[in-house]
Amino acid sequence: MTTMIDPPKADGFHISQLLYDTRYRSITIQVIAFIAFMFIALFLVMNVKSNLASLGKEIDFGFLKNPANYDIKQRLIEYDSTSSNFRAAMVGLLNTLFVAFLGCILATIIGVTAGVLRLSKNWLIAKIMTVYVETFRNIPVVIWIIATMAVLTETLPQPKSFRGENPDASMWLWDSIAVTGRGTYIPSPDWGAGSAFVVITFLLSLLGIWAFGRWAKRRFEATGQILPNFWIKIAIFFVPSLLVFFILGRPIGLNFPVLTGFNFKGGFELSNSFLALWLALSVYTGSFIAEIVRSGILAISKGQSEAAAALGIRPSRTMNLVILPQALRVIIPPLISQFLNLTKNSSLALAVGYQDLRATLGGTTMNNTGRELESMLLMMLIYLIVSLVISTGMNVYNKSMKLKER
Amino acid sequence: MSNQNTTIAFVRDNMLDQQPAPRGQVGMSKWIRDNLFSNWLNTALTLVSIVLIYSLLRGALPWIFGGVWDANSLQECREILSGRHAACWGVINERWQQIFYGTFFPSSEYWRTHIAFVLLIIAVLPVLFDALPRKLLWLTAAYPFLMVWLIWGGSLWGPLSIAMGFVVAYFATIGAGRYMGSGLSTLVGVAIALLWWFLIGPAIVGVLNDTVPLFALREIQSRELGGFVISMIIGVSGIALSLPIGIVLALGRQSDLPLVKAMCIGFIEFFRGVPLITLLFTASLLLNYFLPPDVVFDLTLRVIVMVTLFSSAYMAEVIRGGLAALPKGQYEAADALGLDYWQAQRLIIMPQALKISIPGIVNTFIGLFKDTTLVFFIGIFDMLAAAQAIRANSAWNGITWELYIFIGLIFWVCCFSMSRYSQWLERKLRTDHH
Repeated sequence: MTTMIDPPKADGFHISQLLYDTRYRSITIQVIAFIAFMFIALFLVMNVKSNLASLGKEIDFGFLKNPANYDIKQRLIEYDSTSSNFRAAMVGLLNTLFVAFLGCILATIIGVTAGVLRLSKNWLIAKIMTVYVETFRNIPVVIWIIATMAVLTETLPQPKSFRGENPDASMWLWDSIAVTGRGTYIPSPDWGAGSAFVVITFLLSLLGIWAFGRWAKRRFEATGQILPNFWIKIAIFFVPSLLVFFILGRPIGLNFPVLTGFNFKGGFELSNSFLALWLALSVYTGSFIAEIVRSGILAISKGQSEAAAALGIRPSRTMNLVILPQALRVIIPPLISQFLNLTKNSSLALAVGYQDLRATLGGTTMNNTGRELESMLLMMLIYLIVSLVISTGMNVYNKSMKLKER
Repeated sequence: MSNQNTTIAFVRDNMLDQQPAPRGQVGMSKWIRDNLFSNWLNTALTLVSIVLIYSLLRGALPWIFGGVWDANSLQECREILSGRHAACWGVINERWQQIFYGTFFPSSEYWRTHIAFVLLIIAVLPVLFDALPRKLLWLTAAYPFLMVWLIWGGSLWGPLSIAMGFVVAYFATIGAGRYMGSGLSTLVGVAIALLWWFLIGPAIVGVLNDTVPLFALREIQSRELGGFVISMIIGVSGIALSLPIGIVLALGRQSDLPLVKAMCIGFIEFFRGVPLITLLFTASLLLNYFLPPDVVFDLTLRVIVMVTLFSSAYMAEVIRGGLAALPKGQYEAADALGLDYWQAQRLIIMPQALKISIPGIVNTFIGLFKDTTLVFFIGIFDMLAAAQAIRANSAWNGITWELYIFIGLIFWVCCFSMSRYSQWLERKLRTDHH
């Protein structure tokens, strides 16, 4: 039998080989794709150039240095209306990160609780959690944000109802927290002399907890004995800081909100827009996290818990030592994308007027200066960086949790 | 044995009748004990939830079912209620048209959206359930053109000409395929289609419209669309377009060609990294900068493009997960059978990868549909905007709950049925043994 393969032709290169020879075809495709890409990019850039020229504008980020001339109610760093637009953008960015960070924490707590309870043997609890998940997952988050805002502003008592001998409303937790229709006021710390020592002690005890965790793990691997890790960590967390706090004569005080005039003064104000955004985002994202946690736990085959039981491990430890470490591997990647979603959804602050990055840089600054192109591009870049940082950080953590295959 | 010879007093030689299980071990009482009161923690949880449910329902049920349906303003409604705390469903009764069709849609043309909706259901059904006759798929293929004609109006020639472009491209590809390879003939087909859409088609349509306007309907501008109709238009177009784009992006990200791969990664990471709202603002504010001065681009179309690109990036990641989950043997088997890249994708890889990623795909669809609410912020008159307009109206100033509950319910029904369908499909396609 003769072979069906053509003998390699020695007479050089044909044009048609670019299309039909797999050795060259990939290069052809890539060159065409690259040319098309450059052509589109050039088209867009040229358009921007000619459009800007006809408007008499040019790309200039100098407006960031000019004074912003507007106020931001909720801020984490010093800012007033004479500060620069750049500073306004930073205030907005910090507000975005603030609500996203707190949202991620609360959403995780809600989601893990709901996810575990959905697997509970208690039929009623499992059904309630199913109803929660299905209700919140299937209705847009914008509606939840607007609805939460409406609840806060319409059903909570106004500051004036806290007044008088026999007020209609009263503050929570021994007159320390005021929940009103205008915002919620919580006590703020009052840093006295020597409070730095308390803070340093606290940070050192955090370091101590970490060191203790490592030591306990090594001890466990060497001897097989398990210490009551949780309680020891709790003790390290509280005891040294409290000791220093009382030895130094209670340097950190609390500023309680007090009703003066028409509104509460003192303490830290959490505006309704922040609360509405925070609560709605957390409860909404929590319903997704609940599903992730549930499917993560279900993904661990029953044989694992049976094997643990066969080895004589107590049921309470089976969860910590056998199920959770394996379930976490399934849970973490989708959890990361939920955190990312929450961060991006925080831009829906627009619905309630919380002044986040989009409201400052992509809102008031953009409208005041008329620099749409620069503001929008900068804002997208910042969001992109935030997203990439979060996903990179979480991916590093994910790698460390990954199954180490030998 | 010692007691072998002792007499046995009694030996039972007939079986006892089967006795019913003890009271506590069957039926309702066992179920309640096992599922609600198995230990003190469960008992506490059960009691707490019963109290919670009771207090919720005690507040909600009279409010919902004691509501007033016949009222033309909030004031009238409050007079009827006379101090009772209950819902004013009159706002839905009076304004449901605004929520469904938007404020500006001419009421004489509502029938067109009804037909479009019914046709949509009929066109989608054969895609969802493969027990239905396959011939219905022709309607599915024709539906996009019918929908454009029904919603935006004008004569049927325009949509027909666009559809004709596809037919022309198909025959050109087949014809060219006789003389050249598949790659080149596809290029010829695309070129002919572009020629048709941009040069030949518009000329013919212009002449035909002037002489015999076929089934000309009253023209409706995009800014007249609103309410549930616009959500459906954006949602359905986004869903239909984002799946194929997502597949292409996922394949690009998996490909061996470094340049193509880099471009796909850049695209996906960009669209996944920025919030949709910034993309929508870009579409409404910045797109004029990126287009030649004389090009006018309809806002609804811009939004559809942005929503589609946004969710196709997510779709690409979902499908990439499905591709990654396929065992390598499948790719190798396709190679061993001598299939080329596209044949292998079409016949071996994609059917399995898509099956694995069904839950993710449908979740992306649901996310896209929910995200259509964001168009409210760039001035498209969707249901949220309708709610705002109703609340700003003097007759209904001060109403909140009834509107948002109604809109939420509409979204809930759509999204919940989508997720139920995906669960059903997953069960149907499951081939492993459980």
